[in-house]
Amino acid sequence: MINNNSVLGIVFGNSHDEMVKELAEVRAMGSVPFGGRYRLIDFTLSNLCNADVDRVGVITKSNYQSLMGHLGSGKPWDLARKNGGLYILPPFAHGDRGVYHGQVDALGGIRGFLTSSHREYVIMCDADVVSNIDLKKMLAAHIESGADITIACKRGVPPLGNDVMKFTTAADGRVTDIDLSPTDGSDKLYSLNITILRRELLIRLVDNAMGHNYTRLAADIYQRRLDELNIHAYEIEGYVAVIDSVDTYVRENMRLLESDVRRELFGGNRPVLTKVRDEMPVRYGLNADVKNSLIADGCVIEGKVENCVLFRGVKVNRGAVVRDSIIMQDTVVGDGADLQYVCTDKDVVITNGKVLRGSENYHVYIRKASVV
Amino acid sequence: MKIKTECVAMLLAGGQGSRLGVLTHTTAKPAVPFGGKYRIIDFPLSNCKNSGIDTVGVLTQYQPLVLNDYIGSGQPWDLDRIHGGVHVLPPYQQSSGSDWYKGTANAIYQNIPFIERYDPEYVLVLSGDHIYKMDYSIMIDRHKRMGADCTIAVLEVPMEEASRFGIMNTDENGMVYEFEEKPKNPKSNKASMGIYVFSWPVLREYLIADEKDPSSQNDFGKNIIPKMLDDGKVMGTYPFEGYWKDVGTIDSLWEANLDLLNPKMQLDLDDEHWRIYSRSIAGAPHFVSADAEVQNSIVTEGCDISGTVDFSVIFGDVVIEKGAVVHDSIVMPGSVIHSNARVEYAILGERSVIGAGASVGMRPEEAENLDDWGVTVIGPDISVGRGSTVGAHKMIASNVKDGETID
Repeated sequence: MINNNSVLGIVFGNSHDEMVKELAEVRAMGSVPFGGRYRLIDFTLSNLCNADVDRVGVITKSNYQSLMGHLGSGKPWDLARKNGGLYILPPFAHGDRGVYHGQVDALGGIRGFLTSSHREYVIMCDADVVSNIDLKKMLAAHIESGADITIACKRGVPPLGNDVMKFTTAADGRVTDIDLSPTDGSDKLYSLNITILRRELLIRLVDNAMGHNYTRLAADIYQRRLDELNIHAYEIEGYVAVIDSVDTYVRENMRLLESDVRRELFGGNRPVLTKVRDEMPVRYGLNADVKNSLIADGCVIEGKVENCVLFRGVKVNRGAVVRDSIIMQDTVVGDGADLQYVCTDKDVVITNGKVLRGSENYHVYIRKASVV
Repeated sequence: MKIKTECVAMLLAGGQGSRLGVLTHTTAKPAVPFGGKYRIIDFPLSNCKNSGIDTVGVLTQYQPLVLNDYIGSGQPWDLDRIHGGVHVLPPYQQSSGSDWYKGTANAIYQNIPFIERYDPEYVLVLSGDHIYKMDYSIMIDRHKRMGADCTIAVLEVPMEEASRFGIMNTDENGMVYEFEEKPKNPKSNKASMGIYVFSWPVLREYLIADEKDPSSQNDFGKNIIPKMLDDGKVMGTYPFEGYWKDVGTIDSLWEANLDLLNPKMQLDLDDEHWRIYSRSIAGAPHFVSADAEVQNSIVTEGCDISGTVDFSVIFGDVVIEKGAVVHDSIVMPGSVIHSNARVEYAILGERSVIGAGASVGMRPEEAENLDDWGVTVIGPDISVGRGSTVGAHKMIASNVKDGETID
């Protein structure tokens, strides 16, 4: 049995904010709303919680007010604990260096937290991955393989970004090459940046990198030291989404309308946990007409909704038509409004009779709290 | 050190609720699911939280397992507190022997030591089987202002129904001069809601005296209130306006659930200043497929709907397959209704399974004799076989075989 008290979780709350500028303008990547009632970080925290990890540090950098509001005491993920639990780790200015640059710097900034967390292993995760992963199994595989570092990866078209690791592996899963060049659209084995290693090794690697003024985990540690470190790739089967652009964000929300995706994400015995808002159940009015949609609690639907994801507390008034759209929390769609291929952020008001139409490959994005 | 608490609430949750039949075979009535994502007890507990009452004793006796588990630490209702909070109080053994709770007053009597720990001025007595929203702090203010020993919340009911209730006859100031239990010829329509505020020293004295009286049934309505009235204690009323429903019977439970579908109904569950809290399942948003038709209904997290749903309340994690029809019904958590089944005027208990093509319940207009017609109830964890038929006004406590007809 792997002792539950042997793992420390580290989550990068701001991972790749710059990739989804519109959505991350007012929040950190981890608190970007997803799938009707969730924030992106819920998937990562739930994976850790379902693997009985009871000490988790969330590293934040900027715009983390909404993330902190969402996380609170950590209770929804069973992380309000006597020993351990949830730690929010805001940037810690070291001397004249200011806010950290790169993940190595961020880890250097929490060195005290790393050294005082007496856990054998660390699981590091980015907050932009949507998946339901059995991390217990991954940890067991890590131990079994004798690898120094195990990194979860997925086969397919890699996400955008200039630090996405593409692996070449030997038959036993050992990584023999790490490629950081931008994606050319072909299938690769790409990293999900879910990484397991011994805590002491992590501290050693970070100390060494800091001493050489290295800042990037992928290029400066994994790639540079590939010969001396035994790095294993752990391939994830099933649904995985890496949110690398607003387009991907829209597409992956829409994919939740596929029953296979919902089953892989929500259907197993590892629940996806989130903050409870105590919304009332959804009320369907007379003449409500809903097809192929995912609807979160607190919505009131009196119009027509087709191929949509409706977040909590959305109101679709009489005569309104909403198709192929993502409507975030507490948006009101006025009487007779007609929306198609639209993505509204939180608290948007669409006034009566407005017509808004994007196209299948380009959703109209409406900023938080706008009145249209 | 004793920290003084102004008011302690005591919530009577021990009743079996036998009129709810199979729904309460293994669950106490306050733990019966209600309104899509709630249980009955969420209403008084949320009222306590919203009224600023942070010390609540829940008196349990009958089938407490589900209820205890549900209340847990009290966190969903913000009642996990350093001082006070929610406490589940089952009957317990004492050096003098042990007793089940003999009546509502005896249940409070047996927990005098619990109440004394908080040294309260007032005790609020609530019952665990009513659906309503009430600010108890206003009632307690009125109790203080009137200088009352006891204040009883009253609801004006239609005069023709008054003989079904305990009726308070009051003077022009709302002070009670007479109490009549289910009077044949009611003089007033002010019905007791079973919600009482007592000044604790007075109640304490009456509870001790009541316990010594062997002829007493140890009941608030039958013994304590009439005795206080006889003794000339100051008995006030607190007039309540708004939605209130006792959900003690199958019909009233069914009606109260369907009341939620009425947009003009006074029980607003969407009021962010008076939320009804509940222990929530970690359910994904519900999915409505391209084959579904959902109207005039309530649906909640975890459901997967491909059938037709009209005038119904669908609880969490319910699956309704393609071609299935659910009308005028209450479907409790975790139930599955297979393809082409028909459910009308029915209550399906938790985790029940309705087989493909089965038919459960009947519309009143199809009944041959309206006097025999009624809502059909399928018990929790019961499965109704494929192609079987369960007629109107049935209470099903064991599995129904494929193709079987129960009429």
